Amino acid sequence: MRALTWKLLRDLVHLRGQLLAIAMVIAGGVASYIMAASTLEALRITRDRFYAEYNFAEVFASAERVPNRVAAELEDIPGVRAVETRVIAPVSLDVADFPEPVQGRLVSIPERNPPTLNRVFLRSGRMPEPGAAHEALVGESFAQAHDLGPGDTVGAIINGRREELRIVGIGLSPDFIFQLGGGSSFPDEERFGMFWMHEEPLAGAFDMEGAFNDVSMSLEEGASTGAVIERVDLMLDRYGGLGAYDRMDQVSHRFLHEEFRQLENMATMIPAIFLGVAAFLLNVVVTRLIGTEREQIATLKAFGYGNFRIGMHYAGMIFLVCLGGTLIGTGAGYYVGRQWADLYAEFYHFPFLDYRLRPGIVLIALGITMGAAVVGTFRAVRAASRLAPAQAMRPEEPAMYRKTLVERLGLQRFLSQPSRMILRDLERRPGKAALSALGIASSAGIVILATFFIDAMTFTAETEFGVAQRQDYSISFSQQASWSAVHEVLDLPGASYAEPFRAVPVTLRNGTHSFRTSIEGLVHEPRLRRVIDTELRPVPIPPEGILLTDYLAEELDVGAGDTLTVEVMEGSMREAEIVVAGTVSQFIGVGGWMHIDSLNRLAGNGRSVSGVYLAADQGSAAALFRALKEVPIVSGVQDLQTAKEKFYETIARQLFIFVVFAAIFASLIAFGVVYNSARISLSERGRELASLRVLGLTRGEISYILLGEQALLTLAAIPVGFVMGWLLSAYLLSSFETELFRIPLVIHRRTYAFAAAVVLAASTFSALVVRRRLDRLDLISVLKTRE
Amino acid sequence: MQTSQLPSSVGTPRHERGGRGDDIVFRARGLTKVYEMGEVRVHALRGIDLDLYAGEFVVLLGASGSGKSTLLNILGGLDTATAGHVSYHAVDLTQADDRALTKYRREHVGFVFQFYNLIPSLTARENVAVVTEIAENPMAPNEALGLVGLSERLDHFPAQMSGGEQQRVAIARAIAKRPAVLLCDEPTGALDSHTGVVVLEALERVNREMGTTTVVITHNAAIADMADRVIHLSDGCITGIEHNAHRKQPREISW
Repeated sequence: MRALTWKLLRDLVHLRGQLLAIAMVIAGGVASYIMAASTLEALRITRDRFYAEYNFAEVFASAERVPNRVAAELEDIPGVRAVETRVIAPVSLDVADFPEPVQGRLVSIPERNPPTLNRVFLRSGRMPEPGAAHEALVGESFAQAHDLGPGDTVGAIINGRREELRIVGIGLSPDFIFQLGGGSSFPDEERFGMFWMHEEPLAGAFDMEGAFNDVSMSLEEGASTGAVIERVDLMLDRYGGLGAYDRMDQVSHRFLHEEFRQLENMATMIPAIFLGVAAFLLNVVVTRLIGTEREQIATLKAFGYGNFRIGMHYAGMIFLVCLGGTLIGTGAGYYVGRQWADLYAEFYHFPFLDYRLRPGIVLIALGITMGAAVVGTFRAVRAASRLAPAQAMRPEEPAMYRKTLVERLGLQRFLSQPSRMILRDLERRPGKAALSALGIASSAGIVILATFFIDAMTFTAETEFGVAQRQDYSISFSQQASWSAVHEVLDLPGASYAEPFRAVPVTLRNGTHSFRTSIEGLVHEPRLRRVIDTELRPVPIPPEGILLTDYLAEELDVGAGDTLTVEVMEGSMREAEIVVAGTVSQFIGVGGWMHIDSLNRLAGNGRSVSGVYLAADQGSAAALFRALKEVPIVSGVQDLQTAKEKFYETIARQLFIFVVFAAIFASLIAFGVVYNSARISLSERGRELASLRVLGLTRGEISYILLGEQALLTLAAIPVGFVMGWLLSAYLLSSFETELFRIPLVIHRRTYAFAAAVVLAASTFSALVVRRRLDRLDLISVLKTRE
Repeated sequence: MQTSQLPSSVGTPRHERGGRGDDIVFRARGLTKVYEMGEVRVHALRGIDLDLYAGEFVVLLGASGSGKSTLLNILGGLDTATAGHVSYHAVDLTQADDRALTKYRREHVGFVFQFYNLIPSLTARENVAVVTEIAENPMAPNEALGLVGLSERLDHFPAQMSGGEQQRVAIARAIAKRPAVLLCDEPTGALDSHTGVVVLEALERVNREMGTTTVVITHNAAIADMADRVIHLSDGCITGIEHNAHRKQPREISW
């Protein structure tokens, strides 16, 4: 082996503490990146595999009642590969030991098994027997929420008659990965359930013999989705067609798409910032580390080694550290990513999880860290070799110092010599001090970046479910009801105040932009369900025109005063022009609001309501639920507390897991940075401090000089870190908007305090380690050697 | 070690005590130092017996590896012996722990290093003050710097001074706390002859005026002429002790 290789190996052993800390910084960045990238990829691959293997359709349409023969006509549309027709019907369910009303959806499976499209994955049990009228498969999420399994029964009100559904198996299907009941914005697996039954009994119960009300289609490669949709709409028009749509408007897919998008934003931005910060720190640390090798570099140069050879020697050391850090980070990221992806798979109820770590992801991580390290290495080697070798080997000229600002102001009598040493050292090399402080600050910044989400999400939820929505319950009706229903609800036990709402499914159009959503009709100044802006002020509902979420207005490319085309996607299927009365910034969801009267005029029916927001006495909840179950028109009840919980479960919890790991990795980076900063200072100043020990200064006294400087830097860095954390978070949010929600920049004091605590803990730990080293300084060598 | 047991006369000039150099400051018996360097045992000192007297100027002369630095380090409380005893006045240095040795260095010993070891971020005055601030009965930093002829350079930083000046600051720093002993490790080793003489003059003056027991190690035989006693070391043993009847003045020396 060559001598330089030996030197490399021995240096690795000698510098192991510091190099390990550097590796930790890299590992923190790499782990968060691997975790996020591999999880995202696993989710995508899994979803796509589920879609492909279970033949998720590409075009969807529903109608009132379509004769079966139309299916053949649909198959003849150019570009259509396969057609699957179904009967889908809403039901009210009665689950034993669950007091609240539960909504359900019955989906038919064809007598011939299996269906060509949207096949059902059987998790357990068996498929219903053909001809067994009451056998059903239950959706996995509902089954889990109520602990149902094969052999259990559930009561269902089918067309006014109570029937017992006998569960024979648990199923999943690609078109109902997300299941949203009417009137709720987030999945509620307790209050909404999916069931699959054979077509015959279902069609019989809903007067659909020889007909269907739902159709899905797959397309030939290269077929125009738009053209197919147009043809389908034409064909289904006279059967009460509600408009065909593609995957992007399919509820489950859309929701999943938005969730993935949100995850992607978060899971690429944060690790990218982490990795960037880690790379920056690596650069700083490597530059300083190699700076301390100045004399050795000079000696090698004196022997005739060129700058490049020397650079490669140190690059080799850094490469090994990067490799080590990347391996540790990959291991940790893989492990955590695997758990995380498992959680997601469980949450989304994927039938399987395809989690693999692509070597490409690891190589990207290694490349980024290596790049940063190599730049730092060569910069430092160049700086060290700029001196002529002889000059570098002579006793180093004492560095130039001057009196600090504090002293020029005449305050030196308050300072001991050690304190002056601290201040002058900081002032003499402000660049170094600034870089150290910046490193510590950025570690505080990323801790804030990783944790502020909890504040922001909590703020969002508290605003939505507390300021905007103030009802105790929202009660939805299975069909449009007259205003008298409001009074009926008010007569229920405990009810104190009720406000009607009307929800109309629509497609909003402006030129080529279109968006399927529903418009909510409210009274002019609602007291329970309020529309509020980001300043938390209630916005009154204009008597005419529509209020849009600004996110939606942007999607549709309209502003206040512009005109939109509204297609009503129910009953009348009318089309009308409507003026945008204004836009509102909102944190959660997207949609439009109109005055309830003007919405009813638009939809072409009288003063009808879709449901009621209710303020009620919590004490009589049980009586209220009992009474509600007896009101046939009530299809669902959502209480605000549950809605809030669902919000946290659906979105917040997913992100919180990420946040916790991100915070751990950020803390790891913080430790690595602070520790390195202290260790390098120690190697830079070890000789000076040892001299002072020889002169009779105690361990405590010299520790004060070194650790005092570190403490000063740390204290200066923390407020800077706060600002960096704020800026990083703001930057992250600027690219972070989805239909599901837009997160406001809210950072609580406790988050700042946490970041400061992490940095202080890291500093204390580093100080203890450095202190131990100071206690073991070699006092004898300092008498003889220069460096 | 209880430093309170140390005699109160320590550090006061010789002429005030009247012991005329008969007080033994250091007494070493069978002093042995073995370094274990991996599988090799290096005998740096092989059973040295030596007495050093108050106020005398001693030069330890020997080639590199002769053990002179090891001896100095043990006398200065920077290292401990493997076997044998060394005492400073009545106090056994061989038994002292790190805390006691730090206190011993702080109160009784002044060090001068070959490469000065000044703190670059402190001025000449402050480099002295860093020691006087923790000493019990120090002289003022400017007084110490005056003794080494640097009254004009009080507020200069190390970077603004020549090597000889830096070494004189180091001497001022060493004597400012009025130590009983001054230990110098190759004090002129990094200096040219002319500058070296100026530094030696400073040492000679301190020894003469303050009565500080001064031990200088060197491999430069010329310096031996200014000592009271010259102790020759070779291979860890004392090979000879010379008494100079007449101490030469530093300016009479050159190399």
